[in-house]
Amino acid sequence: MASTAETVAGAAGEATEKGMPQLNFGTWPNQIFWLVVALVIIYFVLTRIALPRIAAVLAERRGTIGNDLAAAEELKGKAKAAEKAYNLALEQARAEANKIIAATKAEIKADLDAAMAKADAEISAKAAESEKRIAEIRAGAMDAVSEVARDTAGALVSALGGQADAATIDAAVAARLKG
Amino acid sequence: MASEGGLSIDPMHQFQIVPLFGEGPLHWYTPTNQTLWLAVTVLAVIGVLVLGSTRRAIIPGRLQSMGEVFYSFVHSMVEDVTGHEGAKFFPYIMVLFTFIVTANLMGLIPGAFASTSHIAVTATLALAVFLTVTLVGLYKKGIGFLAMFWVTSAPLALRPILALIEVISYFVRPVSHSIRLGGNMMAGHAVMKVFAGFAGVMGIGSIVPIAAIAAIYGLELLVAVVQAYVFAILTCVYLRDAVGEAHH
Repeated sequence: MASTAETVAGAAGEATEKGMPQLNFGTWPNQIFWLVVALVIIYFVLTRIALPRIAAVLAERRGTIGNDLAAAEELKGKAKAAEKAYNLALEQARAEANKIIAATKAEIKADLDAAMAKADAEISAKAAESEKRIAEIRAGAMDAVSEVARDTAGALVSALGGQADAATIDAAVAARLKG
Repeated sequence: MASEGGLSIDPMHQFQIVPLFGEGPLHWYTPTNQTLWLAVTVLAVIGVLVLGSTRRAIIPGRLQSMGEVFYSFVHSMVEDVTGHEGAKFFPYIMVLFTFIVTANLMGLIPGAFASTSHIAVTATLALAVFLTVTLVGLYKKGIGFLAMFWVTSAPLALRPILALIEVISYFVRPVSHSIRLGGNMMAGHAVMKVFAGFAGVMGIGSIVPIAAIAAIYGLELLVAVVQAYVFAILTCVYLRDAVGEAHH
């Protein structure tokens, strides 16, 4: 078979210099032989080395991504729980703070009320004392006024050349002061 | 060849298969320029898919990412198109797609030899797919595999005609499957060669064909990937006939 192909190739090679080399059937056995060799090599390289390796890498990557996603999901759940706990704690703290504020407010109010009451009592005591003092002073002043009036009246009467007894002057001054 | 004077463009010359060493006759085992570029393709595949993943990093580097994107892309394509049953054919589809897309892209290196522009190569691939699909279908479903040609959703009178059309289209599959890929590759490289020939003789005006080559090169990069994808996804579609439930 080889010899016939050879002779055909030789003859065709000279005869079809100008024709399509694709139709030079003398070269076909050679082409097909080397094509098959190339395909067989590629087949073995791919099926024995390249394809299993790439498939493994792709599977491994898919696994890694899946694991990472699962881990991320878990972390997300944890974060959510933490957030919930935080919010709860915050709410509790706020309630506690409100309670403390209310208690403190009440305490302060009580203190304030007590102080106010005390101050009011003191003020009213002071006011009463002051009133008493004022009354005393006023009484003192009235006495002083009648005395001065009597003295002045006596002095005036004597200056005018009259004689006046004390009883008459007293009565006149008292009448004037009342009027 | 180009020195024959005037405009002499031979866009097919680049597809010539010549022995790598010496001028001897072309035996079936002779290493050729095509053999060299098949080897480059194999090494590129090993470079991306094997050397790129040696570190087995959880966070991949550039090369490893490329390999993983490649793997995931083909894997989801096989699973989406052929269904769960077809998933065990993933390594074969992966070999096909990896080889074709790498060979297409390697062929676009300036001065390279485009292995996939040869019908011998694409026809071998397509025929392998055709035989695999047929044998797997017959093995899995026995004679029931032939029910695929009997369109039960059509009126009874039309069914024999449709069956004939279905059978013909089934056997045309490997032809279209291989010519689609080989033709696309060949045409792209030939067009670039034609423009390169223009650029060689136009002097200062060659800026136009050079710009055109740059544009076509970008398009060819797209075609290289898309045709590999088309080849692989059609293989998946054919496999679904063999392993999946009937879709007619």
